[in-house]
Amino acid sequence: MRAPLCFVAALGLAVPAHCLAQAAPAAVHWTTKSGARVQFIESRAVPMVDIAVDFAAGSAFDPPGKLGAAALAHALLKAGAGEWPEDALAAAFADVGAIPGGALDRDRASVRLRTLSSEGERGKALVALAAMLQRPAFPAAAFERERSRLAARLAEAETQPDQVADREFYAAIYGAHPYGRVATAATVMGVERADVERFYRDHYTADRAVVTILGDLSRADAGAVAEQLTASLRERGAGGELPLVQGPAHGGRIDVAHAAQQAHVLIGMPVLTRDDPDYFALTVGNYVLGGGGFVSRLTRDLRDTHGYAYSVYSYFFPLARPGPFQIGLQTRRDQADVAVARVRAVAAEFLANGPTEAELRDAKASLVGGFPLRIDSNRKLLNEWALIGFYRLPERWLADFPVRVERVTLADIRAAFAQRMALERFVTVVVGADQAR
Amino acid sequence: MRRAVPLLVCLAALLGSGAVGADLYSRTLANGLRVIVKEDRRAPTIAHLVWYRAGAMDETSGTTGVAHVLEHMMFKGTKAMPAGEFSRRVAAAGGRENAFTGHDYTVYFQQAERSRLELMIELEADRMANLVVSPEEFALEIKVVQEERRLRTDDRPRELVYENLMAAAFKVHPYRRPIIGWMTDLETMTAADARDWYARWYAPNNAFVVVVGDVSAEAVFQLAQAHYGALPARPLPVRKPQNEPPQEGSRRLVVKAPAELAYVLIAYQAPVLRDVAKDREPYALAVLAAVLDGNDSARLKARLVRSRRIANEATASYEVTARGPGVFMLDGVPAQGRSAAELESALRGELAAVAADGVTAAELERAKIQYVAGRVYKRDSIFAQALELGLLESAGLSYRDTDRILERIRAVTADEVREAARRVLVEEASTVATLDPQPVDPSKPQPRSTAPRH
Repeated sequence: MRAPLCFVAALGLAVPAHCLAQAAPAAVHWTTKSGARVQFIESRAVPMVDIAVDFAAGSAFDPPGKLGAAALAHALLKAGAGEWPEDALAAAFADVGAIPGGALDRDRASVRLRTLSSEGERGKALVALAAMLQRPAFPAAAFERERSRLAARLAEAETQPDQVADREFYAAIYGAHPYGRVATAATVMGVERADVERFYRDHYTADRAVVTILGDLSRADAGAVAEQLTASLRERGAGGELPLVQGPAHGGRIDVAHAAQQAHVLIGMPVLTRDDPDYFALTVGNYVLGGGGFVSRLTRDLRDTHGYAYSVYSYFFPLARPGPFQIGLQTRRDQADVAVARVRAVAAEFLANGPTEAELRDAKASLVGGFPLRIDSNRKLLNEWALIGFYRLPERWLADFPVRVERVTLADIRAAFAQRMALERFVTVVVGADQAR
Repeated sequence: MRRAVPLLVCLAALLGSGAVGADLYSRTLANGLRVIVKEDRRAPTIAHLVWYRAGAMDETSGTTGVAHVLEHMMFKGTKAMPAGEFSRRVAAAGGRENAFTGHDYTVYFQQAERSRLELMIELEADRMANLVVSPEEFALEIKVVQEERRLRTDDRPRELVYENLMAAAFKVHPYRRPIIGWMTDLETMTAADARDWYARWYAPNNAFVVVVGDVSAEAVFQLAQAHYGALPARPLPVRKPQNEPPQEGSRRLVVKAPAELAYVLIAYQAPVLRDVAKDREPYALAVLAAVLDGNDSARLKARLVRSRRIANEATASYEVTARGPGVFMLDGVPAQGRSAAELESALRGELAAVAADGVTAAELERAKIQYVAGRVYKRDSIFAQALELGLLESAGLSYRDTDRILERIRAVTADEVREAARRVLVEEASTVATLDPQPVDPSKPQPRSTAPRH
């Protein structure tokens, strides 16, 4: 992983982007017999292996009227598989110190495993993982239990102001698009076990899967692992693609009353896909606006100059279809309106003029100089590669990251923000402001 | 279940490669600042952490939260540098930075490409001695901290339960006070309070530095000497132990807050590790926590969540090390149709089962393997390694103790686990707090925690 040729770094000078590019390890790619795509990154430094299996089976694929099916299918993978009852499956991982995990977002259902690389331990963990992925049993009792737990969590979420804001924001910017629909306690109770089985059959298929293997094993072993995890997946199912996004034609403000001490504010609109040609112009620009932590304009204005908020940020969340650009903050309920006005003023100025030369220089220095921190652990590399694989980004996406950042110009940023975003199309959601009725 | 034996044998080779701590170095400068270095060459990055042995437990009544407020003010300028300049320079160097305050410590850290270490050391050395707390910056930042309290505690029902529980579980020891401080103290805090705190505790002889990453220890020591070495040591205030007396009966409280689900949190007074070689009980409690909640097959999930369906969530936690007294905690969310009282009784029932029947050999091995594997996985993150070293040191142990502690955990017997459950985790030494969920009534904003309703 090291780049011993770049001595200039050791002298404390700026690190040239091309040096960093060499530091990003490459992946080997192939396709399994069943048709799943595989990426393998060898890393021998620590005796462990990380695996991510990502399916196009996120919550946006919930069938109409069955919101929550994706979440239940994902949660129930570990509730028993093949000849393994639920407890035996859990014990199989625990006995060898392996950690199963996963996550679900709107696009992706991700299944993860971290295991020791020694053959006995790795082998046992993989047998269990292979069963989970390819022969989940969805036992009736576990289904009832997980449905009840999910419904309870969602009912709880409906009482918490940050979660209410999130739900309202997505509903407002996406309307009827699947990204805008959110499962509730009521919709989840309308999902039956057969719906979950059907969801699995349609979406946990080889053509919707990408397997990322990273760590202390050979290419040959990785090949066997990939086959083991995918050989009996259906090659394809009835799961479809996500429709295009019809963004809100005009913005507006939505107020939701709440008893909390702070108002929760979200502002934004759908903008960015992972493979968008404006990806770098927009994300480098956003570093200046609200992505750069303590040095961003939003933090310096709302937090440092006015003391309105502990946390204020903006980010793009790129998805398969245009994901949200989102500004967020929480502030004392009686000052929500002045804080929202400040955010809009900062955003308006940025949309009109973009960053200054100095800000762009600092943003690039930070993103390029900080690139080694994006790839300095197996965990981070796995996350990067899982995204690259899932969204079919170019093989050199990670290696080229610093160079692509370097190439961004002020004109690129101004043009991208001007063409893709507009203040009057931003939706503003405010939960718990004093003025709310 | 003999799985563990070959695994542990093979891991001994992986973990220590013979000489335990061969990549660990330490030097103490003449002014008392200890510098701890772990060389880890797998990626060209470093983590730099400055630990001050001053946290919320060193505060006094009336100024609770000042340790954390000072942490915020440390980004607000020095004699040589205006507010915000610290963060600007770190960011421009591609670094990531932040800070955190605990009961036991206050920590500042940066992660960066390896060639940037000197800049980070230079910046930290400057604010170790030259901080300026201006009334204007303080007036703004104290508002930010109040927002942080609203965000993290006041509007989070389960955090309110935790805060109330700690205030009831400890009568004497300052762990009873929240790290972020009571709102009334934040509302009346002044720049002078922050300055006093800085003058009292921020000195090289009350700090230590941890660097992990792609560096040579010798190079780090030279940089440390060049930048931290010139700062003068100062006499430190006497620390009073404020020992918590043994609890003579269980305590119980209820918190009402807007929520849908009830929640139960139980804390037991417990020992913590003071002598790595001689203590036994803390290791047994660590293993017990893992038997209860170390993985998906552990007892609380297997029995209370899956089999008996009393709980939607149930966890156990115990920290082996701390400057102050120890706490063993259980918590959970009742399942639909189950009450908080039923869940409390079921959680206590799991402890009673261990006290009566002990744990199985398979459970014991599984719990230990989590620790051993966790030790391997920790090598994936230089920041996690730096944090581990610092936590040991801050708790009054040695940064060199990691492997010795792991050895001791591996030596825990089933009898020791049962004995620890019997002796320590008794109802008389516990405090239980319950969340009584209230409907969300938008027409009635929550009263601010200290001011009268208006």
